[in-house]
Amino acid sequence: MSDLNKLGLAEARDALRKGDVTSVELTESCLKAIDDADALNAFVHKTPEIALERAKAADARIKEGDAPSMCGLPIGIKDLFCTKGVPSQAASKILEGFKPEYESTVSQQLADAGAVMLGKLNMDEFAMGSSNETSVYGNAVSPWRRGNDDAQLTPGGSSGGSASAVAADLCLAATGTDTGGSIRQPAAFVGITGIKPTYGRCSRWGIVAFASSLDQAGPMTKNVRDAAIMLETMCGHDPKDSTSAELAVPNFEALLTGDIKGKKIGIPKEYRMDGMPAEIEKLWADGAEMLKAAGAEIVDISLPHTKYALPAYYVIAPAEASSNLARYDGVRYGRRAHLAQGDGITEMYEKTRAEGFGHEVQRRVMIGTYVLSAGFYDAYYNRARRVRTLIKKDFEDVFAAGVDAILTPATPSASFGLGEMTEADPVQMYLNDVFTVTVNLAGLPGVSVPAGLDAQGLPLGLQLIGRPWEEGDLLNTAYALENAAGFVAKPGKWW
Amino acid sequence: MSIDQSTAAKVAKLARIKVEDDALPALASEFNTILGFIEQLNEVDVEGVEPMVSVEPMRLKRREDVVTDGNQQDKVLANAPDAREGFFAVPKVVE
Repeated sequence: MSDLNKLGLAEARDALRKGDVTSVELTESCLKAIDDADALNAFVHKTPEIALERAKAADARIKEGDAPSMCGLPIGIKDLFCTKGVPSQAASKILEGFKPEYESTVSQQLADAGAVMLGKLNMDEFAMGSSNETSVYGNAVSPWRRGNDDAQLTPGGSSGGSASAVAADLCLAATGTDTGGSIRQPAAFVGITGIKPTYGRCSRWGIVAFASSLDQAGPMTKNVRDAAIMLETMCGHDPKDSTSAELAVPNFEALLTGDIKGKKIGIPKEYRMDGMPAEIEKLWADGAEMLKAAGAEIVDISLPHTKYALPAYYVIAPAEASSNLARYDGVRYGRRAHLAQGDGITEMYEKTRAEGFGHEVQRRVMIGTYVLSAGFYDAYYNRARRVRTLIKKDFEDVFAAGVDAILTPATPSASFGLGEMTEADPVQMYLNDVFTVTVNLAGLPGVSVPAGLDAQGLPLGLQLIGRPWEEGDLLNTAYALENAAGFVAKPGKWW
Repeated sequence: MSIDQSTAAKVAKLARIKVEDDALPALASEFNTILGFIEQLNEVDVEGVEPMVSVEPMRLKRREDVVTDGNQQDKVLANAPDAREGFFAVPKVVE
């Protein structure tokens, strides 16, 4: 078999089980693709030795029979996950040189299942960004281009390296994390599938924290079946994360029947934004038609507090970030600033954090500090948390009325050029998350499915939002949408 | 609510991030843009609405108050920028 790196997880798993291919062959094919793709800047720490060692172990395990689904499958890990002995920097200068002495629960579960780690993937610094332009490693680049225009495009963010790597077939799949849309927006920008599960499904232990009440890990894959396979391995209760749910993890793949007859799909009117590109509007309408043709009932619904989700998010997420990032003080790990003669401990903190945090991270830490400061806590932070209660109630009301899933666009536009948003004010960049951020605030599962191309030939995605803990049903609806949309476009190789 | 330069300086100090004086006007202006966006929340009637603590109405798990881990001084110190004689080292705190 040739071009093994182009396989998806399910295809590769089946080929491994049949003995048509070995994990070492799959892994070598990916390692070669990675070395050829430095122009994408997706893999920022390569781990070929670890990969080949794990691939050999996986081959032995497969030979013995009874290997789990992920066994022998080469994947990339977002730099936000702590990986033992391997640099884990959250794409920040402040964690330069940090090599964890422990492994995150999610990456450990993947390793235990026999998955092969190829290396660490680029991202926005501390997962704060929507274009992968805030990374200390430099921009990750999308494998997609606008026709013959050679302008570099963003793979989205914050999981931009994961998106770029999966779309360019550098790995079979990758881990991502999603605090406001960081799995679903990049997945949509590069034409792949990404699911953020219900808050509490995946352990947050060992994942560098951004906003703890919103952060969730999830898979970024080449199709919905692969997402079901990888998600199952990533999920599960973990005593080391006090918000991890003690619930059984279903076999998500077994739930993919493609049968959605009688399912009620809601179309929220508040997601019809002013100035929404006609292409996005059409994609959305087409998606609803596809689900209807597959036997679902399409109903108009209202989520009245949608408009307030982004402002609430930009209080709550920075507030939690300012608290979480207080640990980067130049004392216990990471990088300490060079100090001048006579500098005391306060100067050490201030210089270390000024040098170590990039501009966007500093801005969010300071906004968070402000909204939590005496005199403003009630006006900003508590008000935002009240609005969050109302946003969650909007969804509860709709689900109580019998809606099974909600269909929305994944992003307000296709991918944009790297550097194109530099002059815009920060709020313009924040608008990228307008359709995804509500889902994090309500703790719900959300999946982005590639559904079409825009006039410039760039991928566009649709988002499905499900009931809490019903990822299986959600993935099945996504599977039906995937089947109907028939998205097969791939970027032409220029790198 | 408008943020002036002295408020921006105060916030930077609270966050322990050194900001040079000549960068304060731009910082204050960025804060005002973001806070202007956040002000929309004042349109929402939140009377009687509880602030959300957790998306799942779950009680955090408790465990026995016993030692579950430890004796890893080397590992704990392995990533420190400055560790000496089994301790984290910092600039002099007390004169």
